[in-house]
Amino acid sequence: MSGPVADEPILSVRNLYGRIAGQQVVEDVSFDVPATGVTALLGRNGVGKTSTIKSILGLIDRSGEVRLAGERIDRAPTHRIVQRGVAYVPEDREVFGSLTVAENLRLAERDRSPRRELVASLFPDLEARREQRAGTLSGGQQQMVSLARALVNENRLLLVDEPTKGLAPRIVDEVADALAEAARTAPILLVEQNLLVVRRLAERVVVLSSGRVVFTGSAEELLDDHDRVQRFLGVHDEREAA
Amino acid sequence: MDTLVLLLITGLGLGALYFLVASGLSLIYGLMGVLNFAHGAFLTIAAFLGWEAGRRISDGTWTGLAISALVGILVGATVAVLTEVLIIRRLYERHIEQALVTVGISLAAVALFEGIWGTDPIYTDRPAWLTQTTEILGARIPNDRFLLIACAVLVLGGIVLFLRRTRYGLIIRAGVENRHMVTALGIDVRRSFTLVFAIGGAAAGLGGVLASVYYGYVSAHLGSVLLIFAFIVTVIGGLGSLTGAAIASVLVAVLQQFANFYLGGTGDLVVVVLLAAVLLIRPRGLMGKAA
Repeated sequence: MSGPVADEPILSVRNLYGRIAGQQVVEDVSFDVPATGVTALLGRNGVGKTSTIKSILGLIDRSGEVRLAGERIDRAPTHRIVQRGVAYVPEDREVFGSLTVAENLRLAERDRSPRRELVASLFPDLEARREQRAGTLSGGQQQMVSLARALVNENRLLLVDEPTKGLAPRIVDEVADALAEAARTAPILLVEQNLLVVRRLAERVVVLSSGRVVFTGSAEELLDDHDRVQRFLGVHDEREAA
Repeated sequence: MDTLVLLLITGLGLGALYFLVASGLSLIYGLMGVLNFAHGAFLTIAAFLGWEAGRRISDGTWTGLAISALVGILVGATVAVLTEVLIIRRLYERHIEQALVTVGISLAAVALFEGIWGTDPIYTDRPAWLTQTTEILGARIPNDRFLLIACAVLVLGGIVLFLRRTRYGLIIRAGVENRHMVTALGIDVRRSFTLVFAIGGAAAGLGGVLASVYYGYVSAHLGSVLLIFAFIVTVIGGLGSLTGAAIASVLVAVLQQFANFYLGGTGDLVVVVLLAAVLLIRPRGLMGKAA
């Protein structure tokens, strides 16, 4: 697996359009994701953040140019994009409820040497529940399974969609800890509504509005500017969005 | 008592036949969302070619029947794979087109089979034991029912083992639940589609040969008749549920036998009433997942 050259973005999105059932949900989106750290994709509800992630992965109809470490992936089917090292943690977890935790993880293993020790160290609770059906786990535990499925392989990029949605504050901290650890191993494009989590994890942000990019820059620059936060994200401060 | 035993065991035998057809239908719908109306054609072509091979080598013997079964399984699997690769694959997510094309295949297949083998049923020779009966609790049970039940149990066990013990089985079980997420884990789920068609076609092929044993003939309409009941079984069991298909196969066939005997030959009507009741009370079927 060849890494990107210095300063080259791991992911480059140009003029991306996405459609669901013929309706335009992503419109002319362009941004880069650096080869290290966490980049947050932000915006109000329904602006097209999840659709942008799905367009990058080819899970919905899309056009435009998407490059992974310089290689075009916009014509590749989803499974090929993932095989190139793009892991996906979907909104609402989407664990396989009828399969056990162990089966969910085994299904996700693509590498010859899956990182089972890393997953076990990050999510010790899952080790104790290996034979439990994933559908019977709590929301937080399901999120751990979803993250573990992504982290069990060596990745070049993680696409993580609303990992703290609907979780209790204590679990949000655990998920953020896991993401901080994951960011040491691969860059992350993170869709997140909780601005406290964004401030803790992200160095850069890309803000969408009506399916278009309206701001790119450092996370600190955006989050310290209350007017922009209010205008772009519709909240007054970070606690309100948490 | 003897009548009850007779109806129960012959019902189990008929249920075994339904299951062999319904298992493939259920897996195919569960994984791919395809209502495959061409499934009956897989069964019929397998029954004809199985019969042709068996009678040429050793007609009316166990060897001939074993060859028929082997050829039927291979033909069923091959025709199913060809159908998936050449036709269905282009129509995933296009449910109306899938229904139209598979209905078209089933109609064209019947016409083709009638053109080749004629419109009348062709009566087949079976090993002598299969034409005899065995007494159980005073009931004289046709021996062919035992063969049907044994084959269905073996097929059910084989499919369950495959689904539980192999990586492809794991992929299929996950795909039945959420195939887009399987793709998003880097797995080419289309290979599993072909495999599921092959498994379904093989089971239907075996079902075709056993149907010719059960009815004592092969005909161009063999698959069409069984397909109707297999669909009913699949819906009652819950689309996509193999266990549901097995339970519903037995339930439908036993009910059919009892209604035919005790309610003046109204078995088919009772089954349709049961289907309507299940659709009204529990639309996802006995074991189907909630919408």
